[in-house]
Amino acid sequence: MTPIRIAFLGLTDAAVLVAAREKGFAQAQGIALELMRDTSWATLRDRLVYGQVQAAHMLAPLAVAVTLGLSQQPCSLSAPYKLNVNGNLIVMAPEFAAALEPDTAARLNDPLATAHDFAAAVGLHHRKPIIGVVHRFSSHALILRYWLASAGLDPDRDVVLRVLPPSLMVEAMHAREIDGFTAGEPWGSAAIEAGLAEAVAASERLWQRGVEKVLTFRTDWMEANPETVDALIRALAQAASWCDDPANHAELAQLLSRGAYVGQTSELIERALSGEIVARQGEAAVSLPDFLLFAREATPFPWQSQALWIYSQLVRWHMVEPADDSQRRAATVFRPDVYRRALASSDTPMPGASMKVEGAVETQLSIGAPKGAITLRPDRFFDGRSFDPDRIEDYLAGFET
Amino acid sequence: MRIVILDDSGARASVLEEGLREAGYDDIHVVPPRGAFVARLERMAPDVVLMDLGNPSRDTLEEMLVVSRALAKPIAMFVDQSDDSMIGAAIDAGVSAYVVDGLRKERVKPILDLAIRRFNAFARMQSELDDARSQLADRKTIDRAKAILMSSRGLSEPDAYALLRSTAMNQGKKMVDVAAALITANDLLGGML
Repeated sequence: MTPIRIAFLGLTDAAVLVAAREKGFAQAQGIALELMRDTSWATLRDRLVYGQVQAAHMLAPLAVAVTLGLSQQPCSLSAPYKLNVNGNLIVMAPEFAAALEPDTAARLNDPLATAHDFAAAVGLHHRKPIIGVVHRFSSHALILRYWLASAGLDPDRDVVLRVLPPSLMVEAMHAREIDGFTAGEPWGSAAIEAGLAEAVAASERLWQRGVEKVLTFRTDWMEANPETVDALIRALAQAASWCDDPANHAELAQLLSRGAYVGQTSELIERALSGEIVARQGEAAVSLPDFLLFAREATPFPWQSQALWIYSQLVRWHMVEPADDSQRRAATVFRPDVYRRALASSDTPMPGASMKVEGAVETQLSIGAPKGAITLRPDRFFDGRSFDPDRIEDYLAGFET
Repeated sequence: MRIVILDDSGARASVLEEGLREAGYDDIHVVPPRGAFVARLERMAPDVVLMDLGNPSRDTLEEMLVVSRALAKPIAMFVDQSDDSMIGAAIDAGVSAYVVDGLRKERVKPILDLAIRRFNAFARMQSELDDARSQLADRKTIDRAKAILMSSRGLSEPDAYALLRSTAMNQGKKMVDVAAALITANDLLGGML
């Protein structure tokens, strides 16, 4: 057995790692998987960069940022496998949500209208709304900025973005230190269940196939240990299929509810797994079937166009100076070549291309793949724009801010 | 040199503060990482910030270090990225250190070494305390189970103890687990055992 330690944060989207350990998928591949829970992204990053763990459940933008030297010690990181897409909520305190469409299903289904309603009401509050984000280099923060800007708000001027770890969001809402937040589940649902917040937007409606957590290695370690990396990816692919199967959601929610993992009730955790989101305390659930994906539609495949979308957003918000070298390094944080190598002997169909135009699939698209076709379901951004990785400058010029 | 210790735990912070004072540092402040702690920290303009690696507020602190306009000099983690062994020891001990730009390595190293030693000593103390607590709790559980056996089966104390021990050995369990099961069963049956 090869021991591997992976650092993670207590979130529902750590599911694939938990299932790989608890359901024996890792063991079957000869891997003794040890999961190490952290409570901040900074500590998870440090454990990976300084070699206390071999891999991490990392925010995709953080993997790009560390590689580009934007987050403490620069270190080349590689993400050959996406652990999920989607899975986040934006929630706000009832007094802020009061300015929005009261029908929560309609609200969640039309993020652009919701952004405009929110923007129109910002001036009516006595002070700037304070919105909690988990990290500046998180998909949550990048998509929140995009959403706010779509209604003409400047996220650096018109609101205050406050960085807090996911597990402290509910407490901060309770203490009225923040007016709303965006975080991975189950923390949005936990705030809703406590009556402290309402769902305002769901990530699956902001970018229907949004990049989220990625399995991240230090590049040097990954290159030096190809067999172990491949075995781990094979185990995770099997675990992901298990996690996607609705028949396993109740058991998965039970596993995740343990104190060593998420430490919240399985009922709360299952909402994200089944896509049955209670948007306001006591209401019937709104059905969002793509709320959190692990395996279907080749979810784990690390499209380099998605790493470049992250890069485009870092440029957009002036977190990095645009440069060809940075762009190239950002793209190659995602490693489809390693994914293909690891799963070559399995029957997983995989895309032949490594990039695609993001946000261009309106109904569905069948793409050719070496082992049978893959059907990609709609991946639209909420404002209808698409991202062509070959035309990043044009894409950015299309935004007013 | 101004040192800020960001820590919730009164005990660990005092252990560290005491060590630093003994070593001759006198400008030391302990700030709990709660509420508006970043504004307080900004005003203090520390040279060194020491924080428990396990503290969830590290992301909040790092964000402040990125966006702060009040801090005259940037502060980054650890002092010299080339000193991997020291960084490794710090991470193992659960210490994260943020140091103001331009501070010489020779001036920071003794502080970090001391923090590592004190954090390790504190962790040892804590685990000894936890062990002692759990031993005490185990003994109480076993005593209760013995009392149940003594009253329900008319056993002497040594016999009740021997019965618990042999049952545990036969079932391959720990004695305290057998005792706990007996107590649960007794409670469920309303003390009929």
